[in-house]
Amino acid sequence: MSGNMNLTLKVWRQKNAADKGQFVTYKAADISPEMSFLEMLDVVNERLVKGTQDPIHFDHDCREGICGACSLYINGRPHGPKQAITTCQLHMRSFHDGEIITIEPWRATAFPVIKDLAVDRSAFDRIQQAGGFISVNTGGVPDANEIPISKVVSDEAFNSATCISCGACVAACKNASASLFVSAKISQLALLPQGQPERYRRAQAMVAQMDKEGFGNCTNTGACEIECPKEISLTNINRMRRDFYNAKFFKEEEIN
Amino acid sequence: MGSLSKAFSSTLGRKLIMGLTGLFLSLFLVIHLIGNLQLFKDDGGKAFNEYSYFMTHFLPIKIVSYILYISIILHAVYALIITARNKKARTIQYAQYNGAANSTWSSRNMGILGTVILLFLVIHMKTFWAEYHWGGLPYVQYEMSLENPNVVTVTQLPFEGKELVHAEYVNVQNKTEVVVAKDLYFVVKDAFSNVWYVILYVFSMIVLGFHLYHGFQSGFQTLGFDHVKYKPIIDFAGLWVFSIIIPAIFAAMPIYMYFAQ
Repeated sequence: MSGNMNLTLKVWRQKNAADKGQFVTYKAADISPEMSFLEMLDVVNERLVKGTQDPIHFDHDCREGICGACSLYINGRPHGPKQAITTCQLHMRSFHDGEIITIEPWRATAFPVIKDLAVDRSAFDRIQQAGGFISVNTGGVPDANEIPISKVVSDEAFNSATCISCGACVAACKNASASLFVSAKISQLALLPQGQPERYRRAQAMVAQMDKEGFGNCTNTGACEIECPKEISLTNINRMRRDFYNAKFFKEEEIN
Repeated sequence: MGSLSKAFSSTLGRKLIMGLTGLFLSLFLVIHLIGNLQLFKDDGGKAFNEYSYFMTHFLPIKIVSYILYISIILHAVYALIITARNKKARTIQYAQYNGAANSTWSSRNMGILGTVILLFLVIHMKTFWAEYHWGGLPYVQYEMSLENPNVVTVTQLPFEGKELVHAEYVNVQNKTEVVVAKDLYFVVKDAFSNVWYVILYVFSMIVLGFHLYHGFQSGFQTLGFDHVKYKPIIDFAGLWVFSIIIPAIFAAMPIYMYFAQ
């Protein structure tokens, strides 16, 4: 088809966590600009498999930008050159014919490479398990206005809750800090009435687990906010700090 | 104590120390600048030398100065601790990294900028602070006529192996008010007669500007303060006051002193 592109891919290949890994260059010929980035990789993989080579491993699931499975650090940016989208929502029309595309996995000590471009993000699960929940049964869907909460606050809680735990914040951060993810998970509950009883215990427990996983310090570069496919705001991080300091310095009954 | 040390050894707690010390140092810059404006006075350094004496002999300021030294050390040490952890958090670097797409250059280079400022501080404190405290400095005598305070006679009292004593008194016979002070102004004039020194100072102030461009507003965020209404004020002050105006006036001092002689 006319208008199709020929691209050169520099892909990180790594057999397993213990392998050193290296970049391997592939030709991606005759790629439609209407393909998504992952579909382009599917085409490349099909050709690899036909040639009896090991396909490039990468994480993906819903392919509509809501599950948080896809990752990929493309040309120096998580989820590629566009803002507020995941890699599966990135289309090849964002690239031009003859372009060299560098594809790397998320780089963080807390996200060890499983194979090729797939990384182990279970550190995020452990942070959630440390306190990102409400321990009591909160019942079924309440009637409208049954729980007093303002629209602004519920909107803000919802915005925080849109985090899909993809890890782009960690990948984008020069310090590999998980602050945006952790703070979104703290905020979505801290803003709501149901989250209040465990609010300060939660903030401390999740921050402690974040530190234990080996993520870096937040130095407020703001890279995470720009690269977040769900546009989670930096203000979440400041809310997390307020809750954490509150717990540690002002609420002696809450210290854990 | 156990829980407090635990709070300050968390990533958030360590950054809190960075933020608090950094903002305190920013506040100090304002005071330091106001004091140093005496350099622009054309009075043979009288106001500046009196100010230097006051700053080193007034007890509350002496106490604050020790908090200041501790802050500088803590800020530098915690920067090292934080950077070490950040390096460990990503041991394999990206082959291609486009940081400019999502963050300011300043925010990504705070460590380098801070290191330059620290080196500058060592030179700066050696030249003036250490000299003033322990160097054999000349003294200077200012005699002001009581009838016409604008008439000032300046007499240099060179260092002759033994330091003189700071004195302020009224000479009734000559109808003059006499001030004998350590002549730090002379040291400043002497240092800034060297063009390389002037260049070093101007360069360091540019570096300081870039450091504060990120640092000032980041410090407030680290404290958890980012109110939608007041954050723009902090950003504005961070840009105009702390990264442009203050470093510019500081940089003007060596330039002025160089051309004034």
